[in-house]
Amino acid sequence: MTLMTMALKMASGLEKTCAIFFLTLLFALPLGMVVALMRGSKYKVISGAASFIISVLRGTPLMLQLIAVTYGPYYLFGISVSRNKLIPVVVAFSINYAAYFAEIYRSGIESMPVGQYEAAQVLGYSRVQTFFKIIFPQVIRRILPSMTNEIVTLVKDTSMAFTVSYQEMFTIGKQIANSETSFIPFVVAGVFYYVFNAAVSFIMRRVEKAMSYYKI
Amino acid sequence: MSIMKMSDIQKSFGSNHVLKGISFSVDKGEVVSIIGPSGSGKSTLLRCATFLETIDSGIISYDDKDVTKNVNGKCVYAKNLNDFRHIFGLVFQNFNLFPHYSVLKNMMDAPVSIMKRDKREVREECMMLLEKMGLADKADAYPCELSGGQQQRVSIVRALAMNPEILFFDEPTSALDPELTGEVLKVIKQLAKEKMTMVIVTHEMAFARAVSDKVIFMSGGVIVEQGAPEEVFGNTRSERMKQFLQNYNRD
Ligand SMILES: Nc1ncnc2c1ncn2[C@@H]1O[C@H](COP(=O)(O)OP(=O)(O)O)[C@@H](O)[C@H]1O
Ligand SMILES: [Mg+2]
Repeated sequence: MTLMTMALKMASGLEKTCAIFFLTLLFALPLGMVVALMRGSKYKVISGAASFIISVLRGTPLMLQLIAVTYGPYYLFGISVSRNKLIPVVVAFSINYAAYFAEIYRSGIESMPVGQYEAAQVLGYSRVQTFFKIIFPQVIRRILPSMTNEIVTLVKDTSMAFTVSYQEMFTIGKQIANSETSFIPFVVAGVFYYVFNAAVSFIMRRVEKAMSYYKI
Repeated sequence: MSIMKMSDIQKSFGSNHVLKGISFSVDKGEVVSIIGPSGSGKSTLLRCATFLETIDSGIISYDDKDVTKNVNGKCVYAKNLNDFRHIFGLVFQNFNLFPHYSVLKNMMDAPVSIMKRDKREVREECMMLLEKMGLADKADAYPCELSGGQQQRVSIVRALAMNPEILFFDEPTSALDPELTGEVLKVIKQLAKEKMTMVIVTHEMAFARAVSDKVIFMSGGVIVEQGAPEEVFGNTRSERMKQFLQNYNRD
């Protein structure tokens, strides 16, 4: 197999790599906020549950979580493993990343000066209005650099989907490497991830710049 | 008619008894200054008046309507606190402007999106206020682009944009460099001239004396002296206030 055919075959899996990436962001970004708000709840049961879930998701390998979500239903309930593994893969990635995003959101929320809440309260903003109009936009601004780090990691983590044989780019590359006993697919994969992340960094820098019209 | 009245306000933080039965009232058009050593409960008093802290007992009323009442020895707040919030404004020591909003948006957002007032009308009012304060050219600036004195003046006009009946100030010049306090004090003096009802916690004695109709000296959670400025400053009766003024003059 020539380098070109290897690269083309692997590129055919990029669509699935992108699907994991974008769907995970789509679900994990809002879910992380929900978890962060639960974590900050004044009700001990809710905040305790949230922080336990976060610690489990962050304290166990993503690989294990992928296996658990994909094959767990079969072993536990005899539900057959679906042919389309996109769903369990995205579910596993989303809850895992929601836990990491939740911690980032929380640190951002906690870094907000209490005076912002108080000024809003005196002006008559409700708690919900204060959060969405005053707090949240500033939190986003503050956490953008840590978000960029996490998103760059997500790009690389999509390769974990090989553990459940989801046919994304890296899984295909690994299969080619086995059948051709060649190291080249790994080099190709490295280049793909590097370019992907260069694009992610470029975009995030633009977003950071667009948001830095005020100082905090 | 008194715009705000407090009767026998008690407030503790844990075992720290901070307000020990504070009573005073503010009439329409009156300017009241509150002075006293730090830690005497002045900020706590303003925070209780603006619902940022809840009192343990006592009665707060605005426009002769009670905000709190005593039910079986417990202090209960009215349900419609937001109806009362429109009556007052609060200017903080460290401004607390919203950094992600322009000056104009800082002023307009609450009247437009909270009070649902007509946007064009609010904008006109706000621009007039900015004009009056000599800040019209800063309407589109962000708070970080302004000096401390300008930021505090913006926070004053933000409060004024809500058309409050009474404005509270908690040491409005304490966070400012000495050369910037003048512009803020000038604005407050101007408001006093226009008969804006104000309660001002301040360390600027000369200012308090010049601008106030009534001066309150607080110490250790109680009002030790209150009265007209000539009386309180010129004919100080309590040892505690004499001591306080002596220390102040020495600095
Ligand atoms: N949120 C709070 N929690 C606990 N103690 C507080 C709080 N706010 C104020 N205090 C205490 O109340 C007392 C009065 O403080 P404060 O009202 O800020 O005084 P002042 O404004 O006159 O300097 C101080 O002993 C202070 O430590
Ligand atoms: Mg104070």
